[in-house]
Amino acid sequence: MNIHEYQAKELLAKHGVAVPSGKACQTMEQVTEAAKELFDKGESLIVIKSQIHAGGRGKGTFQSGFQGGVHLCRSLEDAISKGSSMLGGTLVTKQTGPEGREVKTLLVASAENILNELYLAVLLDRETSKPLIMASTEGGMDIEEVAEKTPEKIIKLQVDPATGLMPHQARRIAASLGLPSELIGQASKLLMGVYQTFWQCDASLVEINPLCVVEKSDGSQAVAAVDAKISIDDNALYRHTSIQSMRDLGEEAPLEIEASKHDLNYIKLDGNIACLVNGAGLAMATMDIIKHYGGSPANFLDVGGGATTEQVTAAFRIILSDPNVKGILVNIFGGIMQCDVIAQGVVTAAKETNLSLPLVVRLEGNNVALGKEILQNSGLELVSGDSMADAAQKIVAAVG
Amino acid sequence: MSILVDSNTKVLVQGITGSFGGRHASLSLDYGSQIVAGVTPGKGGQRFQDKVPVFDTVQQAVEATGATTSAIFVPPPFAADAILEGVDAGLELVICITEGIPVKDMIQVKDAMKGSSTRLIGPNCPGIVTPGEGEDSKGGCRIGIAPGYIHKKGNIGVVSRSGTLTYEAVWQLTSRGVGQSTCVGIGGDPVNGTSHLDVIKMFNDDPETHGIIMIGEIGGSAEEEAAAWIKEHCQKPVAGFIAGTTAPPGRRMGHAGAIVSGGKGTAEAKIEAFREAGIHVAQTPSEMADVLLKAM
Repeated sequence: MNIHEYQAKELLAKHGVAVPSGKACQTMEQVTEAAKELFDKGESLIVIKSQIHAGGRGKGTFQSGFQGGVHLCRSLEDAISKGSSMLGGTLVTKQTGPEGREVKTLLVASAENILNELYLAVLLDRETSKPLIMASTEGGMDIEEVAEKTPEKIIKLQVDPATGLMPHQARRIAASLGLPSELIGQASKLLMGVYQTFWQCDASLVEINPLCVVEKSDGSQAVAAVDAKISIDDNALYRHTSIQSMRDLGEEAPLEIEASKHDLNYIKLDGNIACLVNGAGLAMATMDIIKHYGGSPANFLDVGGGATTEQVTAAFRIILSDPNVKGILVNIFGGIMQCDVIAQGVVTAAKETNLSLPLVVRLEGNNVALGKEILQNSGLELVSGDSMADAAQKIVAAVG
Repeated sequence: MSILVDSNTKVLVQGITGSFGGRHASLSLDYGSQIVAGVTPGKGGQRFQDKVPVFDTVQQAVEATGATTSAIFVPPPFAADAILEGVDAGLELVICITEGIPVKDMIQVKDAMKGSSTRLIGPNCPGIVTPGEGEDSKGGCRIGIAPGYIHKKGNIGVVSRSGTLTYEAVWQLTSRGVGQSTCVGIGGDPVNGTSHLDVIKMFNDDPETHGIIMIGEIGGSAEEEAAAWIKEHCQKPVAGFIAGTTAPPGRRMGHAGAIVSGGKGTAEAKIEAFREAGIHVAQTPSEMADVLLKAM
């Protein structure tokens, strides 16, 4: 589960990480109040940031034509003017797709005087099954690009899960980032806090980009997490009720939310051939074979190992709600599941949804003969596929 | 011969009184697997289906029955503890079927298992089948949730992260009259006990395995590591398939570990690593068996 920047900063702050002071605002009244408070405190520059689950906000464009989802403001009037152009608007960035995302929250925060931008992340290292700290002097950039072009600029450190990040390791990373000695203590405290956030919150990723060296009003230097991104392990959400409440359904595709209510694993794609499959690996492979034969999959859909007639019907409704869908491929390997039960589910679902699109069904496994008989006697216009290859070719041909 | 388990393997089931665990324990008994004990805390002294004794702890079950292997069906919040209970009791093999265990729990389990002689398979896996000689391959050893009847005793080893794709490959082999030595589902989680490479090494050493089907998917680099070893050391033909060529980056495709992130773990990179290692790549999941049989 992804959370917003302002929520990520709340979690980080709870674990002792320095973040710029700011407020999440859902109304213009709140924006005005938050901006006024910051200017009254003596800030000469504040920043207003659109809160959506996508990168590239600064360079994004609102559908209204207003440029940029992140703005610096020098006065209250400026803040009100820019804030009202952003709040409630739909922001399109390189990661949102053309439909963009509605900006329902603005983060109004003090704008730090940034001297240096660094990169810091904690994630799982799958090769060693340990948490991995990644840091770089190349902050504010696309880290994948840095990793590809200048891998020597990325510092990596594996953390022993039994001890957690040790202070000496944090100091070593801080020093490797070229921080001056007077900042090492502060930076290592921040690093420890970032690691604790990752570990205590069951995060799958904590990314601070940029992590900044900033100049305070008294001329002293400090380190601060100027931006933050956190993803939480879905499997661990049951033990974090306060984080569960950070879920923003507005950031998720409506069909995916509907699917999750029926315990279906659905991901919408851009193609026109819908597929309904049991098992994640087989579902991916079904998408691949559609593409292999020249078609384009409309979705990933895993109905799981013990799908019921109700679930299959819900699955049909969901895939038919996608207006791009021109045909359906059902691919079931009924190992433990009975093919006749699945066949009955398909027939019921097709009738209930008044299916008029081409439907190819490939059944294999337990009670397959009975399953095929149910499909044949259903009165539905469906085509039977003998193998995955046969079924994929038939649906690609039917969709044309 | 086979790898990991055979018809003599004594198996206990953690979570045998739950509906999921009970159903599959029952199917395993039908298959001929030696399910000698069940473990459910608080239900010690009961009998599963009037024959299999249930114990409160794994330790008690091991002492009373000599079980060496465990199948875990307990819910995700209790699964890490169940795995380590099996490790502490000195089991040789722990197979965790449970899906949805927090990654942090598995990081801790793996760390705690360092230096232990117990092998963990899974979690989030279909289990292991070593087919037997009876009707529908009965008389072998089935641990987990795979359908037994699709198997046939023979000489092909199958290893996969995905359950249904394993069944697909097994069924393709069986329908062509070709049997399997052992089929191992290693699971779809990002942190797991046994890798593709571990299983490939066992197949390479097993005289009864003559050819291998390795099924991978997007995410991580376990397939690449196995391919690098195969290139240098494997003496048996290997056919490979990678699922997820069409998966969009940054999205988890059902399995917690099936995700392309930071440009890593793509299907293209894995397929390239397979080719580079001389693995016979199946272009589609429909031809996994044919590609292997042609190579043999």
